[in-house]
Amino acid sequence: MQAMTQVRAENRVVIAHVYTATAAIALGAVFGVFQGFARTSAFAAPAWFDYYRVLTMHGVLMALVFTTFFITGLALFVTYRAIPRERKLGMGWFGWGLMLVGTAMAAATILRGDATVLYTFYAPLKASPWFYLGATLLVLGTWVVAFEVFENVNYFRKANPGAAVPLVVFCAAATFVMWVVATLGVVAEMGLLIPWAFGWTPGINVMLTRMLFWYFGHPLVYFWIMGAYVIWYNIIPLRYGGNVFSDGLTRLTFIMLILLSTPVGIHHEFMEPGISPAWKMLHTITTYGVAIPSFITAFAIFASFELAAIKAGRRGFIATVKGLPWNDPTFSGAALGMLLFILGGFGGLVNASYSMDTVVHNTIWIVGHFHVTVGGPVALTFLGAAYWMIPRLTGRALWKPELALFQTRLWFFGMLIMSLSMHYAGLLGAPRRTADVGYLGASGANAWQPFMLLAAAGGFFLFCSILAFVAVAVGTLLQNAKTEPMEAAFATPAQPASATPGALQHLYRWGALALVLAVAAYAGPLGELLRHPGYLAPGMRTW
Amino acid sequence: MNIHRYERWWLTFGVTMLVAFLALIGFAAFADNINPPSDMQQIDPTKVAQTPPFDRPGPRRTGADSYEAYYVARVFSFDPAVLRVPAGSLVRFYVTSADVVHGFFIPKTDINMMAVPGWVNTQEHRFTRPGEYLLICHEYCGLGHQDMFAKIEVR
Ligand code: HEM
Ligand SMILES: [Cu+2]
Ligand SMILES: [Cu+2]
Repeated sequence: MQAMTQVRAENRVVIAHVYTATAAIALGAVFGVFQGFARTSAFAAPAWFDYYRVLTMHGVLMALVFTTFFITGLALFVTYRAIPRERKLGMGWFGWGLMLVGTAMAAATILRGDATVLYTFYAPLKASPWFYLGATLLVLGTWVVAFEVFENVNYFRKANPGAAVPLVVFCAAATFVMWVVATLGVVAEMGLLIPWAFGWTPGINVMLTRMLFWYFGHPLVYFWIMGAYVIWYNIIPLRYGGNVFSDGLTRLTFIMLILLSTPVGIHHEFMEPGISPAWKMLHTITTYGVAIPSFITAFAIFASFELAAIKAGRRGFIATVKGLPWNDPTFSGAALGMLLFILGGFGGLVNASYSMDTVVHNTIWIVGHFHVTVGGPVALTFLGAAYWMIPRLTGRALWKPELALFQTRLWFFGMLIMSLSMHYAGLLGAPRRTADVGYLGASGANAWQPFMLLAAAGGFFLFCSILAFVAVAVGTLLQNAKTEPMEAAFATPAQPASATPGALQHLYRWGALALVLAVAAYAGPLGELLRHPGYLAPGMRTW
Repeated sequence: MNIHRYERWWLTFGVTMLVAFLALIGFAAFADNINPPSDMQQIDPTKVAQTPPFDRPGPRRTGADSYEAYYVARVFSFDPAVLRVPAGSLVRFYVTSADVVHGFFIPKTDINMMAVPGWVNTQEHRFTRPGEYLLICHEYCGLGHQDMFAKIEVR
């Protein structure tokens, strides 16, 4: 009984995180669908519609709020379940509270129109200081959650000397080790922006803020992907009766992601002055390196599919694919997400390619790209995982699982349509982050219009899909009685974990090495910038 | 920890591809000098209008078929608003911003760079086909960002 009350109390923390994420994606989708239509000339928005305010909200809600709250919720959930113990839940709640207050501060300034700076908040655009403070609190809240996860890892190690930390917790903790290293960049940037926004410092080094932002901005992307990988490796195999392909390789994958996610950020700054080609080339090479853990992951997933099929007596490619539980919403979300990720991987190689980036930089191709990476694989995996978590959190059976299944498929098709049109329009030259790409009917711009319309249609499907998701998530709470068991199991490796070398059991040492690598990769370009201090920009409000 | 034979092959294949791609990019960079724009020149954005050559934005002829074109980006326009060059011209663009960060993008060409206040950026392109080209700001710079564009007429 004691244990049950404990589990219920833990669940409440996780529910708070996961349902905040749900609210964020639902609101974000409302903004998203308007953007899609506003960008077409056929559906030009009314004059009162403030495109950039909406876009700032969409970017912040999706990229910073939805993903972050979901990953903190997921990490707490797997940690609590895989390391059961008597525990205090203060940190989980405190982290959530800080994140929520931060989000509310940032959202309020954006909605009031005092922070129309998009989710990248590039200086010298100057938002209200409360926007930067809010974003900082959001990050600090995630540090509290990270601390809670690490504390449980330490507890486990002390209580079970010599034993490997459960794989799922290792993966979740690795995600947060990477995150702490990465967020140092944005917190440092906030250290420059906040006093400047309050007017305590007269000017700001624009290129320095951009470099600090992208020191954080790229690993932010890997934070999302690692969250999805936690699910792909540890939760999805049980949906098809499979195993983790290899304990050691899974840990190696996450360690490589800790090491390689950060020293790559300058691939977002290829087209900028003030950074020598040598540094841009260096970050191209490291960016290619971070593809390797994804290769390992692709192999592990297919190998796990195949081993499960063999175990069930099915042989051959077709039989393996057919034997997968395509009608299970959790599996469907993850698997359709993986399919989209193949597209995302190809596009990513283009973007990362130093000179090739010239063709696509800041075009709507990029928006297509991150919707088939974060919007597709990551978000769809999270939505699928939510269908798995919600019954285990609430004790209620999922309301209308067939609607949940339909939701994942609709998202997949909507995303394909929206994203492929965006990719294509981008190749034709349509810019991103632009309220109307008509350019007064200029000849070059006309060719983009049909694809903007297609993208808007895809966005509409996505919006409908989110409505279905919210219906299931909320319907479960309102309609279904508490009849379900709340146990959560995680996939186990086919090989025993004891075969995993000790070096692959460490977390913090790899985190320290990641910091060293990050410093090494940035020492050159940062030093170069600091040797060219030049102009310090006062803030500007151009909206 | 043993790694399956197929996995070794797969990783060997993957890493070989990455190295091959990098070799191609490296070759393009070092042999053909195809690099992204990376100018190191600095300028005071508050004095752009007094600082040559940006005090007189526009084209300068530098050879039989080559030009340099100096652009100032500021909310929400480019100066010059129209550039005319003969077909076949090789144009080196120089751009700086007088206020916030702007983009400098000519679809269907190799011109795609950021204009950052305090810095000059540069890239070049040969306009072989006559026609009207759009030059657009492709970095959000404020409320009128979508109105920030200019034209290049190649005859
Ligand atoms: C209903 C689903 C969605 C629709 C209709 C949608 C639509 C759009 C559109 C049209 C843009 C481009 C605007 C522009 O560049 O001018 C955009 C930008 C963006 N979207 Fe989405 N999106 C959706 C879901 C998502 C999801 C799930 C994520 C991430 C988790 C996401 C993250 C972003 C980000 C980060 C941007 C960039 C914002 C910026 O450039 O500042 N979106 N979205
Ligand atoms: Cu990146
Ligand atoms: Cu602009």
